[in-house]
Amino acid sequence: MTTGPTRAPSGSPPPPPADPGARLRHEGAGDYLAAWRERLAAFLDSDLVYSFLRSKLAVAAAIVTVLVVGAAFLAPLIAPHDPYDLKSLELIDSDKPPAWEDGGEARFPLGTDDQGRDILSTILYGTRSSILIGICSVALALAIGVSLGLWAGYAGGRADSIIMRIADVQLTFPAILTALLIDGVALAIFKNYRMEGGRFWILVLSIGLSYWVQYARTVRGVTLVERNKDYVAAARLIGIGPLRIMFQHILPNVLNPVLVIATINLALAIITEATLSFLGVGLPPTEPSLGTMIQIGNKYLFSGSWWMVAFPGLTLALLALAVNLLGDWLRDALNPKLR
Amino acid sequence: MRSGMKAATALLSLVLAAGAADARPIKWARAGDALTLDPHSQNEGPTHNLLQQIYEPLIIRDHRGRLLPTLATSWKITRDPNVWEFKLRQGVTFHNGNPFTADDVVFSFERALQPTSDMKGILTSIDKVIRIDDHTVHIRTKGPNPILPDYLTTVYMMDKEWSEANNTVTVEDYKAKKDNYAVRHSNGTGPYMLVSREQDVRTVLRLYDKYWGKGQVPLGIEEITYTVIKADATRVAALVSGDVDFVQDVPVQDIAQLEKTSGLRLTQGPENRSIFLGMDVGSADLKTDSIEGKNPLADKRVRQAINMVIDRAAIRRAVMRNQSAPSGMVIGPLVNGYSKELGAPPALSVDKAKSLMAAAGYPSGFSITFHCPNDRYVADEAICQAVTSMLARIGIKANLVAQSKAKHFPLIQKAETEFFLLGWGVPTYDSDYVFNFLHHTRAGRFGSWNATRYSNAEVDRMIESLSSEIDIAKRNATIARIWKVVQDETIYVALHDQLLVHAMKRDLDIPVSPDNVVHMKFIAPKK
Repeated sequence: MTTGPTRAPSGSPPPPPADPGARLRHEGAGDYLAAWRERLAAFLDSDLVYSFLRSKLAVAAAIVTVLVVGAAFLAPLIAPHDPYDLKSLELIDSDKPPAWEDGGEARFPLGTDDQGRDILSTILYGTRSSILIGICSVALALAIGVSLGLWAGYAGGRADSIIMRIADVQLTFPAILTALLIDGVALAIFKNYRMEGGRFWILVLSIGLSYWVQYARTVRGVTLVERNKDYVAAARLIGIGPLRIMFQHILPNVLNPVLVIATINLALAIITEATLSFLGVGLPPTEPSLGTMIQIGNKYLFSGSWWMVAFPGLTLALLALAVNLLGDWLRDALNPKLR
Repeated sequence: MRSGMKAATALLSLVLAAGAADARPIKWARAGDALTLDPHSQNEGPTHNLLQQIYEPLIIRDHRGRLLPTLATSWKITRDPNVWEFKLRQGVTFHNGNPFTADDVVFSFERALQPTSDMKGILTSIDKVIRIDDHTVHIRTKGPNPILPDYLTTVYMMDKEWSEANNTVTVEDYKAKKDNYAVRHSNGTGPYMLVSREQDVRTVLRLYDKYWGKGQVPLGIEEITYTVIKADATRVAALVSGDVDFVQDVPVQDIAQLEKTSGLRLTQGPENRSIFLGMDVGSADLKTDSIEGKNPLADKRVRQAINMVIDRAAIRRAVMRNQSAPSGMVIGPLVNGYSKELGAPPALSVDKAKSLMAAAGYPSGFSITFHCPNDRYVADEAICQAVTSMLARIGIKANLVAQSKAKHFPLIQKAETEFFLLGWGVPTYDSDYVFNFLHHTRAGRFGSWNATRYSNAEVDRMIESLSSEIDIAKRNATIARIWKVVQDETIYVALHDQLLVHAMKRDLDIPVSPDNVVHMKFIAPKK
């Protein structure tokens, strides 16, 4: 049935609209919804979704990621205890094994750590911190890397040389070393100031600043190709400024590889945060992230309290693996050469 | 008779030679490294422990706490009660072959009294050290000091000639991170000489073949590889797997497991060391707290509330696994001046603490940065975490910064921390050592570890009088008066005295000394 609004039904004339404005608004909303529905249909029909649904690994990885991330962000609602509420910690509850072991308690399904914190709740809250730090630092790295990459590729010449040489130099250091260095300097600068919340942003800064190079190099490479294309020349001809050309015209064309790197780097950032926390320079033990939990648990590994390190370790491995698999799949799916 | 003596000597040297053949190397693991090798730069436990193998003081203290003649063979007060006479051991040489003489003693004491020296606080009573002849020195004190020898067990003797030749006459300025030659090189008279050292990683020492004590002490260890393994589980695993022979800092959580492991020996004993919290009680305003324009810790009621809300019994049970003795005083029962009455920790009372906080004007508490070491004392970081959650009950949000002692101790020595955990051992077994370092106003030879900014002229005067008070009863009365004042003010919040456990291979038997100092020269491995 294709009944267009232009073809009026024959017979009785249509009743006059009571409120033309309401009808207009209604039609507008309908159009908007329809447009979205169309877009969604186009998306569901796209190669990307097709390839996603066909890849069992990608679907499994996505389910795990959604479960872990969802549980982490719902932590305040679903966690049985609030591990950040230090008042509620009782040393008498410390070192309890998981509920199914001898001496375990149903209150603490996965046992407790050396301070009497519930492991399950701490994992949920800790994962949330880990993911938040991961996302924020990836966003920072992305912003720096993409801007510098665009600038280097578009401007060329001296700017290109300087930016890319800095990138090369930084690439010779392992990212974790750079992160440790930035973390150390930041902590030395802020040592006498109040620490509340500060550690979080110091971590974001140190991880973000150590991972921007990859974005910059990729974006620069694509920009070098794009800037010689006709549409850029046309844009320049009609007098569009370089900033607008870079961000409005070239950027959309370099987004695909950037998205892939960002996904894979999210897993890397989470692991880097865990490593820094494990080394004792990350989140403080009073507000543990997954890495801090593993660091604390590691001390008790030999004494038989395996649950303190096993569960957070497992969660970290699962999360990193799932996000990595997603990134891998995305890279393959977006690469036309692999189709 | 003479030939008999000769035969006996020959036999003895044969036995000793055989004994030497039994000597074995030892791999020794600790949680943290010596901060420096400069003998007078840092008055800190693990630093002394390593230095005691390389350098020697005039007198040492053995694992039972007795004084043993070392570089001095005898000592006595002369007719002038202000002067002690020390007879020096003859035939002692430094590792470079230089003979040890009275000039070295005079030089070493003068060096230890320099402003950058951390040993000056232990030598507050000394006026002058005078050479009498090559092997006699007189130490003149500012007033009669009947217990001077107790104060000399950590003051090491250096070679004057070597120090001058290597431009290391001035003590390293540790706080300003100013290095000197003695930080990385050494030339002592001790049983072991330095082979190599990588700070915070590994130090290798070898037996000094011209050591004066050959034939007098076992010297059953021929080489020491001193390794720093910070992670608890790794350190213990290294012992179990045979990578190291001796772990000096056994984590409390692993004691039960190690007792069940065959081929190992565990030794236990109390350490003469208190673990406590320190606070900035003197500044007008704090930098790291949430209260503007005021210092909440300057209010005695806040300090009393903190003291009252610490559950020492729970820390002992859950964190220390019973390896501690809860205490209300920053000295243990071994120290002269300890009193049972003052040493009893206050009764735990959250309600009373809350009302004290309210009375002080902080009903909803405040936040503050809390500095803590994580590689120095038994379970130090776990203690700090437990303290953090106990303080949360009265609204104090302590933002915990747990870091290596190499970063933590400078904060205390530079008074850059406002709330911290510290442990203090008492090698002299007398309160005045504690007062000198922890309670006296920071000035001159005094108060170098006093980060509380506490300054009480009356207390200072009493502390200074101790070093020249010859009447023991009167002196003890002054000590009791000082304790009364500082306990009443709650300058420090004592947590406990720690008990120590060493773990080692079965053929070794290394006792725990109250100073937590191991003298490897006394160790004789069994077959």
